[in-house]
Amino acid sequence: MAERSTTENIYPRNQKKSYALMELVKGQGFQTRKQPEDTVFVWPHLLYIELIAALVSLAILLWVCTFKHAPLEDMASSDTTPNPMKAPWYFLGLQELLVFFDPWLAGMVLPVFIIVGMLAIPYLDINPKGVGYWAWKERPFAIWTFMFGFLQWWVFIIIGVYFRGLDWQWYMPWDDWTQHKPSSGATLNDMNVILHGWGVGETAANLATYAMTIGYFALFLILPVLLWRKFSQQLGVVRYLLVWSLFALLMLSPIKVFLRLAFNIKYFMVTPWFKL
Amino acid sequence: MIDRLVTFIRDTQLWQSIFRHGYPETDRNQSLIMFSSVLLHLHPVKIKRSALRFRYTMCLGGLSAFMFLLLTFTGIFLMFYYVPDTRQAYNNIKDLTSNVFMGELMRDLHKWSAEAMVFLVWAHMFRVFMTGSYKTPREFNWGIGVILLTVTLLLSWTGYLLPWDQLALWAITVGTKMAEATPFVGNAGPWGPQLGFTISNDIRFLLIGGTVVGQNALLRFYVLHCVALPVIITLGMVVHFWRIRKDGFSGPL
Repeated sequence: MAERSTTENIYPRNQKKSYALMELVKGQGFQTRKQPEDTVFVWPHLLYIELIAALVSLAILLWVCTFKHAPLEDMASSDTTPNPMKAPWYFLGLQELLVFFDPWLAGMVLPVFIIVGMLAIPYLDINPKGVGYWAWKERPFAIWTFMFGFLQWWVFIIIGVYFRGLDWQWYMPWDDWTQHKPSSGATLNDMNVILHGWGVGETAANLATYAMTIGYFALFLILPVLLWRKFSQQLGVVRYLLVWSLFALLMLSPIKVFLRLAFNIKYFMVTPWFKL
Repeated sequence: MIDRLVTFIRDTQLWQSIFRHGYPETDRNQSLIMFSSVLLHLHPVKIKRSALRFRYTMCLGGLSAFMFLLLTFTGIFLMFYYVPDTRQAYNNIKDLTSNVFMGELMRDLHKWSAEAMVFLVWAHMFRVFMTGSYKTPREFNWGIGVILLTVTLLLSWTGYLLPWDQLALWAITVGTKMAEATPFVGNAGPWGPQLGFTISNDIRFLLIGGTVVGQNALLRFYVLHCVALPVIITLGMVVHFWRIRKDGFSGPL
């Protein structure tokens, strides 16, 4: 509580008036740690920024147009097939996945999961912190997971754009891009064939690959609850299952890439209807 | 003299019917213009000073929207000179680059702003994630944003076919090959053949109107690119902007 004399100094009591300053009180109110509302008019402050941003971006685009024209090749002809055939750059990540996955996965199922996963993000992230500013430390799991997916998308695009040449072979920027490269020669094997080669019976080998695939997802669904019990309880059953199955899917493509490059494994599971 | 003329013009019924208030240099008029202008009323009248900081939004969302406007403008220009006919399309583009006044500039601008829009929409999404702006109460608007991103990619992709050059034909051929592999509804996808889908009745056939990318595909992509998808993305943008106003800006307090 402030001194009575201070209050008197600021607003001396006057007998003729029916109101007076009662007391100055030190303490914390609802406005603690908040600045007073510091607002400005949108006209002109925000509109200026918008106008400048628009003009600057237009100027940059016009400048690009002065030295780089939109590409136009020969007229479309089904007689000559270009090698390599490339999708537009923003889809080259998916096309690059074709090296590792069958088209139904790379072209359809994985993109659908990407979209569904992104739509689900706000409903799965229950951490209330880190709204309204660039925050790293307050939500490491969310940020690292998102970054991992985001980087995958762009890394595959960069590979597709800058490192894939004739016959979709790997070309370094300094390689001769007009010369065909011999295929690596390595034979790719399916997981069940490898197991069979080790002396496991054919049916047993097949069942083992099924079990390994189910085990992979089971691992992601069981381990977190054992490791992070409190976090898992906060998530609740539905969110928990969604978070970790989507997370397992997110890890799938790097794992598949690793299996292919390290062990020449083509599919880790073969069913009569589809191959993974 | 000039002052009197200005006053006279401002007092006419014509002027008063268009502009409801004076030039926005007073608080009152700066508020009124935000209410009375249909385009400006997307904005609030006042915002927090901290929300203006460039390094918070980096203008990414606004620039994405601006790219869309630029693409609409240049796209309408291009439509005057383009016929979606496999015998004409390529030559129309050739004409644009050599015979049409400003044709090449408009095509270049359309192309590069399209690329910029794809990049900016991705970058905007990255920013929104990193600043946690999708959290309650903005979950739904994040979802709208994801759909807008998807439609942006589809818009860019359908436009890719229209020049009808080798780049276009084979890029779309690669892309639609993937559609063929869709589970259940593609002739090469899991359970597609079992459900009776062949090359001439599956989802790819629906998309390109044939078994190969040809005249029907060009027409379909043209209509999707110039009419259907722009309508969808416009509706999405309307909801997206509306929700920013209704749910509040996530910026620093």
